[in-house]
Amino acid sequence: MMPPTITLPEASMPEESRTITTELAIIGTGIAGFAAAVFALERKLTMAMAGSTGALAYTTGYLDLLGKLQGTAHAVDDPWQALEELRRSEPEHPLSRIAPAAIERAFTLFTDFLGREGLAYTPVGRNNLQIMTPVGTVKPTLSVPATMAAGPALMASGSPCVIVDFHGLKGFSGRQAVANLSQRWPQLETARLAFPGSRGGELYPEIAARSLQVPEIRQQLAEMLRQAAGTAPAVGLPALLGMHRPDLVLEDLQRLSGLTLFEVPTMPPAVPGIRLRELFARALPQHGVAIVPQQKVQHLRLDENGAHLTLGDNYGTIAIHAKAVILATGRFLSGGLEARRDTIREPLLDLPVAQPSGRSQWYEERYTDPRGHAIHRAGIVVDQAFRPLGGDGHPFHPRLFAAGIILAHQDWIRSRSGAGIAIASAYRAVDEAARLLGR
Amino acid sequence: MQPVTPRANGSGQEAVFETEVLIIGGGVTGVGIMRDLALRGIHAILIDKRDLCAGASGGNHGLLHSGARYVSNDLDSARECRREGALLKRLAGHCIEDCGGLFVAVEGDDEAFATNFPALCAQADILCEPLAPALARELEPHLSERLVQAYRVPDATVDPFRLALENVAHASALMGSLYFPHTEVVSFARQGDRIATVFCHDRRNDRPLAIRALQVVNAGGAWAMNIARLAGCDDVRLLYSKGTLLVTHDRLASHVVNRLRRPGDGDILVPGGTVSILGTTSLRTDDLESTRPTVEEVEVNIREGSAMLPMLAEARYIRAFSRVRPLLQPAGRGGDRDAARGFALIDHEEQGLSNFCTITGGKLTTFRLMAEKASDLVAKRLGNTTSCRTALEPLPHGSACRWTEPGASPRYWFKESKPGDMILCECEMVPQSAIDEIVDAAPGKEEQMGLEAIALRSRAGKGPCQGSFCGIRICSYLYDRGYYRDPSGLHHMRRFFDERFKGQRAVVWGGQAAQMELAEALHCGLLGLDTLDMEDR
Ligand SMILES: Cc1cc2nc3c(=O)[nH]c(=O)nc-3n(C[C@H](O)[C@H](O)[C@H](O)COP(=O)(O)OP(=O)(O)OC[C@H]3O[C@@H](n4cnc5c(N)ncnc54)[C@H](O)[C@@H]3O)c2cc1C
Ligand SMILES: Cc1cc2nc3c(=O)[nH]c(=O)nc-3n(C[C@H](O)[C@H](O)[C@H](O)COP(=O)(O)OP(=O)(O)OC[C@H]3O[C@@H](n4cnc5c(N)ncnc54)[C@H](O)[C@@H]3O)c2cc1C
Repeated sequence: MMPPTITLPEASMPEESRTITTELAIIGTGIAGFAAAVFALERKLTMAMAGSTGALAYTTGYLDLLGKLQGTAHAVDDPWQALEELRRSEPEHPLSRIAPAAIERAFTLFTDFLGREGLAYTPVGRNNLQIMTPVGTVKPTLSVPATMAAGPALMASGSPCVIVDFHGLKGFSGRQAVANLSQRWPQLETARLAFPGSRGGELYPEIAARSLQVPEIRQQLAEMLRQAAGTAPAVGLPALLGMHRPDLVLEDLQRLSGLTLFEVPTMPPAVPGIRLRELFARALPQHGVAIVPQQKVQHLRLDENGAHLTLGDNYGTIAIHAKAVILATGRFLSGGLEARRDTIREPLLDLPVAQPSGRSQWYEERYTDPRGHAIHRAGIVVDQAFRPLGGDGHPFHPRLFAAGIILAHQDWIRSRSGAGIAIASAYRAVDEAARLLGR
Repeated sequence: MQPVTPRANGSGQEAVFETEVLIIGGGVTGVGIMRDLALRGIHAILIDKRDLCAGASGGNHGLLHSGARYVSNDLDSARECRREGALLKRLAGHCIEDCGGLFVAVEGDDEAFATNFPALCAQADILCEPLAPALARELEPHLSERLVQAYRVPDATVDPFRLALENVAHASALMGSLYFPHTEVVSFARQGDRIATVFCHDRRNDRPLAIRALQVVNAGGAWAMNIARLAGCDDVRLLYSKGTLLVTHDRLASHVVNRLRRPGDGDILVPGGTVSILGTTSLRTDDLESTRPTVEEVEVNIREGSAMLPMLAEARYIRAFSRVRPLLQPAGRGGDRDAARGFALIDHEEQGLSNFCTITGGKLTTFRLMAEKASDLVAKRLGNTTSCRTALEPLPHGSACRWTEPGASPRYWFKESKPGDMILCECEMVPQSAIDEIVDAAPGKEEQMGLEAIALRSRAGKGPCQGSFCGIRICSYLYDRGYYRDPSGLHHMRRFFDERFKGQRAVVWGGQAAQMELAEALHCGLLGLDTLDMEDR
């Protein structure tokens, strides 16, 4: 594989323009953008990508495929079967337009990549995992970091277990988790510990996680956990077991304490999101991907030769020339869509946005309405090849593809399918881009 | 005279309370009466079907009128506001920000009206100082370049929540008077010319409750007509006008800014601590229960307001809210804003009752005077000859009442700097200790307060995130304290978010759309609050 050619100026020469020429440009560094990069690597495409943190910082690390079907009361147990129902009830849904085998392959490739790079995930199975949230509710999801894997099985079997929390860690209360789970898990208890070496005051998960890379701190924590567990064989604790290779940190703590341990996500933005971000920021460049970090694409021009992106940082402008481009810029939180007072827009290309007729239609009256809100279903409409449609109903440009939650006709929040839409549509978009590029 | 000791009668299902005076309605008028009576040595029970300031008192502009707003259509009201405003600044300074006000006219506004304004102010004895437009724009840089006239008047702002909490706390301290939230009057039992018993419903615990009082005061604001009818009185006649206000993300002006024209839509911008409040609209309505701001009302306010301050068209808004004004009938000839802004005290003697009265209408600014008039009548009927003291006695500072003041939390927090006292609401810097003090000691505290009740007694949830983060943190802190012990805590949390959303729905665009999406991803996508009931099965 040929690395993309990059001309960078001398560090001491600001205001110089830099140019990157490559096969594929990916706009957006959320799950969709990163997943696209993983799939494009597999296709041996050269690529460059840009974006700031986006919603990735907020993920729990859980990778949802499909956890709820519109209009049903139950959490989805078998997401593959639910996909069939979705195909009937919501044929325009992005997940209805991708073959289940492709979805499964996409998840597997993605989680394998994460595993190879040091963040092991549970295998993609037939059924959803029913896993606890920081407040003690239960959420259906498809695949979780290995450090969180023991939780669902323990809950299902009802084994004795202690949820540990820490003095000074805001928004994570073991008592809250237990109060809300005690119906299903009567043998669940809680204990509060002072984090090793903490001197009172607020405990920041990121700092605590980094400190657990140090063996002595692990030693101290293991001893505390052993005492807190009493006769229980298992302990759940907030997700702060190391920043790099958390599986090794967990393994060491289990060895030292003799307990089965699992992580429970804390309120985002939190450690699991940082782990993912750091993993991609480190691993992708090692594989030859040019990442322009923390920068937004300011202009995107398309012509018969390809896509021309303009970005800028403190040192001046950066130009990216690519033969194909994937737009994975997310929604309002990430800036992929913009809600104006009177309309919803896509800011980079002013692509048509499927949307309700006016602002008074965006939201239902009740915030937590289980049906969701029309605003979430707004977005970019694509053809079968995941190319955004222009105003005339034809592809906006043959070299432009879109992926992720920017796509229309889905409500990832209510259907618990954020990562699923991102990963599966990225897979399809890369597939089509590779075909265009002759791969 | 000896106060009757309230007692709950344990026999049977229904709790029975006794008191000298039952006050219906926990708005500023009701709480004002509660304190006024306590200062005369009279015990009272105050009830509200929701909570303090659930009605107009918690959904107004917070403008302590100098009176200038009314000089063109109601000189009596203008004079009343001038007197009461001055009094409150002296006696309840801790609830007031004496920021001053401007009246400004822009090109196209009625010049004769503007020119006549100082003379009208003079008639009501309201200080009115002409300002060169350039100077006005120096004072308030966001004012329009098309400014043609400007005057300065002694407008101020008042925090109705603090005011209400302090009044209740003082009455409780003086006389052991009681306040019952979520207690709704459902019927009255009449005996001859008296109301013998008032039957209520405790909506939160779904329990009946009866109150026997020597005198009953209906301070139900816009609901006063409905309440009077329950007592068989048809002599309270009200029409309703809905007003909608918008809250900006930042404070855009240091003064109150009024449009110098006949009162109309979107013509006042009032500072409220760290934000500004723009309003109002005025729409006839029949609906008292589900008043919510609409997109159209939001747009009207922005369009009109931006004539005075053009940046209002670009500003970020964090919420909108609507409340209903009661319009006393018969109305004047003009529109609803010209309808009598004064208040009415009705003794219901023509309806054959000697221990019931209704007080409604008026303004936040004149609440003390309204309370005085109602309390005079009640005291006379009780044979109490102590005169009103609220025009002399300063309003105390209650420690558990202090958390509603914008920007004050961080001050208390730094001053007290208890180690481990963590900030739970980061927008408004509300610490754990504030939550502790509120659930332990605030007026109206009770077992298992909801997050809304806590937010009403603090600044929690009033900042840009509108409670979406601190709601989660406060909830988990309350579980931590052992205050919430079962899934009901999550239901409190959901109710709080649903409630806050009513005020956000019409202003979600731009930065707020991103904020809202993040909140919903957390609350529904992750925590599953949208399927809470299904989980509980
Ligand atoms: C609070 C929260 C909790 C979540 N929890 C879960 C969970 O438990 N399970 C789950 O499966 N999913 C979860 N998600 C959803 C998930 O994180 C992603 O939102 C989803 O997978 C969609 O990703 P995306 O890549 O399409 O969009 P995003 O993640 O929004 O990424 C869009 C990217 O585009 C970039 N961008 C935008 N404009 C430009 C531009 N002009 N130039 C360059 N870059 C640009 C942004 O910087 C960002 O990097 C959660 C999300 C949130 C917010
Ligand atoms: C949009 C708007 C803006 C305003 N701006 C200003 C301003 O800037 N300055 C100013 O001075 N004035 C202003 N006002 C006027 C001011 O808000 C009101 O005059 C004042 O708050 C009225 O207080 P109240 O206690 O009489 O009524 P409310 O505050 O309405 O109180 C009535 C209470 O009765 C309760 N209740 C109703 N039915 C029952 C029942 N059956 N049983 C028990 N309780 C019941 C309700 O829950 C409510 O809390 C404004 C009004 C509105 C609507």
